[in-house]
Amino acid sequence: MLHQVVNSKSDAAISVQLDFGARGATKISAERVNVFYGEKHALKDVSVAIPEKSIVAFIGPSGCGKSTFLRCINRMNDTIANCRITGDIRIDGQDIYAREVDPVELRSRIGMVFQRANPFPKSIYENVAYGPRIHALAAGRAELDEIVEQSLCKAGLWDEVKDRLHESGTGLSGGQQQRLCIARTIAIRPQIILMDEPCSALDPIATARIEELMEDLRQNYTIVIVTHSMQQAARVSQRTAFFHLGTLVEEGDTTTIFTNPKDQRTQDYITGRFG
Amino acid sequence: MHSHIVKSYEAELSVLENKIGQMGGLAEQLLGEAFAALEQPNPELARGVIARDSAIDLLQREVEEQAIVMIARRQPMANDLRQIMAVMKVSNDLERIGDLAKNTAKRALAISGEHHPKTLMTGLRHMVELTAGSLKTILDAFAARDAEAALKVWRDDEHIDVLYNSLFRELLTYMMEDPRNIGLCTHLLFGAKNIERIGDHTTNIAETVYYLARGVPLTEERPKNDKTSSTMIKDTR
Repeated sequence: MLHQVVNSKSDAAISVQLDFGARGATKISAERVNVFYGEKHALKDVSVAIPEKSIVAFIGPSGCGKSTFLRCINRMNDTIANCRITGDIRIDGQDIYAREVDPVELRSRIGMVFQRANPFPKSIYENVAYGPRIHALAAGRAELDEIVEQSLCKAGLWDEVKDRLHESGTGLSGGQQQRLCIARTIAIRPQIILMDEPCSALDPIATARIEELMEDLRQNYTIVIVTHSMQQAARVSQRTAFFHLGTLVEEGDTTTIFTNPKDQRTQDYITGRFG
Repeated sequence: MHSHIVKSYEAELSVLENKIGQMGGLAEQLLGEAFAALEQPNPELARGVIARDSAIDLLQREVEEQAIVMIARRQPMANDLRQIMAVMKVSNDLERIGDLAKNTAKRALAISGEHHPKTLMTGLRHMVELTAGSLKTILDAFAARDAEAALKVWRDDEHIDVLYNSLFRELLTYMMEDPRNIGLCTHLLFGAKNIERIGDHTTNIAETVYYLARGVPLTEERPKNDKTSSTMIKDTR
């Protein structure tokens, strides 16, 4: 089932009670996306529809193309010299690779969180204030203060850092740094948050905090997460997509993917039968 | 299907599978012997059934403990998850089947001194044959992950119900003819009820096998024909 429709009836019948994710309108749609790094064909004919205000998990073995696809969504692959992309990716129906689209403006609507927390070597406050400042989202100091506080609150970090906002962001623990990066991301009020293995360097408690935060953020944002942890994909996402050797093998309701996947390759991967 | 990269996982799953095989074999034996003890009658055989039921109970506890440990340690997914859940459910049903066979054996002991009319035994024998057949088929279907065979067993339980209904009426009539038959007939009636319950557990296993094989629950309404809860026979004397 390569090109599965979001509201497929058979899916709905299987997991009506277990699917707590509202099936909103399509936020991100991809049609026959191919990515080449020089001669290497990294992503092959990927088509998928990602509903708004939901969490979609991309899983698959290393080198399967999941991160490559994630990076197509905010045009981060543009920065790679020999990278060529064909196909169609739309956000709210708008072709993001169209000539008139400014990638910088596009990325201001799409936040990204990386595997290794990468706070700026600046104060906690400045880490969060930086984006709103360069995008001129705040009219004055008071408004900027408010954005910083709100963003840190939403990222579940405010109570831990409110008394030391002017200390360096790099002095926080790993989990706190990752939440600081999420606060920095949401400070620019994006619509989409891309997460590339955001918890792989965190302990289970810090991971649980991030997952709890994702659940909150889902109310307002569309989240796409690449994860190597199948359990994490099963816990946090409403939909899961399995990539293998550059193709999107199967995409569907998370409950269905983890209890009754259709494709043998998906089954073998999630049950640990090949790597 | 490929095997797991982690070999010990594969080994643990086959241990579970083998234990279900053992439990199933024992349950079949106990059912056959419990009826033989009733029919012949044979108190020695009945006592053997009663003693051997504990072997099924023990296996069931082992299966359950191992399944829980595997859920905690392996976090099974997809067909592995379905297999572990199925094994837990099937072992429960087999354990109950063992109990029902044991109860039938106890009744065989209770009436071993009484005269056993052949005609009554014929009805019960027929029920046991059908039930034992279904049990064997469903155990094979479990091993083969055969949803079609499971569906057939599930639908066929209706026939066991029909036999139970007629036996129920027959026993009531026999009791009305001569109150001295009441003791024997009551025990036979409970024996028949036990067999009918074994049929129900067999259909439970059929539902589990269907889910295991197909990944979706069996949702259609099962044909049922046990009408004994509302059956009365008027005294026409």
